[in-house]
Amino acid sequence: MPPTIKIPGLVKGLGVTMRTMVRTLTKGSHTVQYPKVKETPTPRARGVITLHEDNCTACMLCARECPDWCIYIEGHKYKAPPRRLGGKPRQKNALDRFDIDFALCMYCGICVEVCPFEALFWSPEFEYSEPKIADLLHDKSKLGQWMETVPDFQDYEAGSEAKKAQVPR
Amino acid sequence: MTGDLLTLAVELAWWQQTGIRAVVGLLAVLLPAGTLVYLFLFKMMSFMQSRLGPMEAGPYGSLQLLAEVGKFLQKEDILPAKADRVVFKAAPFVVLISTFLLVLVIPAGPDAWFIDVDTGIFLALAVSSISVIGILMAGWGSSSKYSLLGGLRAAGQLVAYELPLVLAVMGVVIQAGTLNVQGIVMAQATGEIFGWGGIGNPFIITQFLGFAIFLVAVQAELTQPPFDMPVAESEIVTGYLTEYSGLRFLLFFIGEFATAGIFSALAATLFLGGWYMPGIDPTSDLFNVIGPVILMGKMILVAFLIFWFRFTYPRFREDQLQQLAWKVLIPLSLVNIMLTGVLKVVF
Amino acid sequence: MTAVSDPRQMAYIAGQASDARVNVEIETEGMTLNIGPQHPATHGTLRIIVKLDGERVVAAEPVMGYMHRGYEKLSEVRTYPQVTTLVNRIDWLGSFANEVPFILAAERLMDVEAPPRAQWIRTALFELSRIANLVLFLGDMGVQLGAVTPVFFAFRDREFVLNQIEAVTGGRFHPNFDRIGGLKDDLPKGWIDETKGVLGRIHTFCDEMEDLVTGNEIFQSRTRGIGVIPADVGLSYGLSGANIRASGVDWDLRRDGGIGLVHDQLDWKVWTHPDGDSFARYWVRLQEVREACDMVDQVLDGIPAGPVMAKVPRIIKVPAGEAYVETENPLGVMGYYVVSKGDLVPYRVKIRSASFNNVSITPWLLEGTYVPDVVSILASLYFILGDIDR
Repeated sequence: MPPTIKIPGLVKGLGVTMRTMVRTLTKGSHTVQYPKVKETPTPRARGVITLHEDNCTACMLCARECPDWCIYIEGHKYKAPPRRLGGKPRQKNALDRFDIDFALCMYCGICVEVCPFEALFWSPEFEYSEPKIADLLHDKSKLGQWMETVPDFQDYEAGSEAKKAQVPR
Repeated sequence: MTGDLLTLAVELAWWQQTGIRAVVGLLAVLLPAGTLVYLFLFKMMSFMQSRLGPMEAGPYGSLQLLAEVGKFLQKEDILPAKADRVVFKAAPFVVLISTFLLVLVIPAGPDAWFIDVDTGIFLALAVSSISVIGILMAGWGSSSKYSLLGGLRAAGQLVAYELPLVLAVMGVVIQAGTLNVQGIVMAQATGEIFGWGGIGNPFIITQFLGFAIFLVAVQAELTQPPFDMPVAESEIVTGYLTEYSGLRFLLFFIGEFATAGIFSALAATLFLGGWYMPGIDPTSDLFNVIGPVILMGKMILVAFLIFWFRFTYPRFREDQLQQLAWKVLIPLSLVNIMLTGVLKVVF
Repeated sequence: MTAVSDPRQMAYIAGQASDARVNVEIETEGMTLNIGPQHPATHGTLRIIVKLDGERVVAAEPVMGYMHRGYEKLSEVRTYPQVTTLVNRIDWLGSFANEVPFILAAERLMDVEAPPRAQWIRTALFELSRIANLVLFLGDMGVQLGAVTPVFFAFRDREFVLNQIEAVTGGRFHPNFDRIGGLKDDLPKGWIDETKGVLGRIHTFCDEMEDLVTGNEIFQSRTRGIGVIPADVGLSYGLSGANIRASGVDWDLRRDGGIGLVHDQLDWKVWTHPDGDSFARYWVRLQEVREACDMVDQVLDGIPAGPVMAKVPRIIKVPAGEAYVETENPLGVMGYYVVSKGDLVPYRVKIRSASFNNVSITPWLLEGTYVPDVVSILASLYFILGDIDR
């Protein structure tokens, strides 16, 4: 049994760097050259918050629960016509203003989670940086535009009892 | 590269010859610096770290150097308030002077040389020590504790590693029988290995120990990792270079890489055969044209080794560094000289 | 010369005085050096006033607080989900691990236990955050000592772990995933197989680090015998985590603590090293990364089916009481002492963070060492400023 030659650690270290260099030269590096090449984030990635206005009743839960108080909501109540003839006018909430200030937002997701009417959703879009900080205040219409980028909810792993929610389109 | 070359072609006035010499000398210093910075610092280091390095400036980031130079040029020239102005300003130039003087000695062809003195190697080793003064000036002149620490560390290290550098070269000199650099190249070109003159006799074969010691000593002389205590970034924030910014830092930077290139070229000349390539008669004029290219290629090869070690190893502590020099390298190089002397007489 | 005879007090005064001189005067004997607060070696804004004699350290004192963000005060006016969000940012490299002890303390107060599936997934994410944290350490100690390559490998391979955390929670660095009673959401399809692939990559990374760093003779000569912490001194200063295990103390809260995760159902071992020097601390953390990979592997194989959230009311009001829960976080032992008066918000949250105690040993440890060893020791103690200052 020939004696095993102990390769000194110094040589092994050189081997590691040489191997990495050869691998980078032949198989390419791990660097993704953004913005020429873009990686798609996972569907659950917290990129931007979107608003589905039809579901929102201006209950103010999200604005209250936000740790940064970056959601500004204004709404008013109005009387909608009764559903049937002879009924009472129904009181409904209308949403006047729904702004999220992404300069303050911590991307924690508490607002999305706490909304009882499923009006807020996460979208993996992240390329919305602006030269002026004031433009980072996304108003109702802009938040609604992000809805198009919201991916469908993913299936769950085997053994899960969670039910997959639906994204209102 | 000039020398005799200029007298062959056309009779130029003395000032024109000197002008060409100066330009070529400048190129001989800047070209290795630029090549090494791009090839090794930008690209090879990046590939070894599994990334791409600069890719935007020019194709594959080749113009990144120009961008860096431009960036340094447009920075504010900051002088610390209590700095010794003359010393502070002169330090980069002292380091660069050493580099320029060093490049004069290396020949790039049988007739393409700057100076051809009989004590070429001795001159080279002597002028390479001038950079130590420059570094000390930088450390002292910055009047900052960090810089002083770095300067003191550098002084100790550089002086300690001068000795293995010189002793390693002694073996080559004994084997070649001359201090003249051109003579050393010729000795390798015309030599024979046990009677076979196919590839000449590059001294790396017999002087592998000397080559190893020379490389280690060069790494220490350049304050490259694993010997970069003086510029240990994570400890004393680049040591003696801390207060230098803009153009002054650029001068140090160029000096460091140019010296790296020139020492590699020197190692290539002493151990790998310099501008000679086997197969062509050493005295032919063809070498005056392709010699610089061959020398450049060999320089890149040696520099690859230096930079490979640089990017892989952590740095030595100052006392371990000194121990390595005094207790390991110097005895080894003395042994090398002894063996060379004995074997030279025997064979 | 002066009325102050205590060298440490002298060091402190000299340090304060040297601030005023703004590093201008050069003293050749007894130089006072400010390492930080902006310095590449300290992981953030830690300032260490070091009094030198040549290259030997005579006295050292860490000055903390440059990154104090007021967590404990903020927690008094934040609801429990909001505190969970904030608490992510204490140890920002392995951030899921910060949420766990807080949620466990709140669950203990509410007398609610998370369903088994939630506990298993919590353990998986807990160990994944440990891997993410320690992988960075493995590369970072290299760069503190001058080897520039390991840190890039560390960041490269850490990306894969972060991608997996993002696939579940939506956030790479700040998952905000733990909830009182369970987890926010369940695992997406395909996550288990992907994560197992990532674990293989981390094993390769550990082997590379073994070749590139621990096997390197230069690294060994820089770290062996440097910064030796005897076990009793370490325990008296309150060191925890890999720091104390590297001094030979066989103590790991995952095994000895009885915390609400499923470590007792897994087959794993606690790594210790008898030496107590910087090399030992690096080595122990390297083995811990490998062990954590194997643990995640076992957890992923054994996740039971079931719900991922217990029945808890929508608006959480934690009943009055106090609870203290500590867990074995990547940096050491982290504990939360939650006092509740029955409100939506906690009355008081006291955070026992590991790095605060780990750094407290520096005056004792740095005395008599060389300046380059200071960096080696600080790097091997591995603190994160967010954890020290909170």
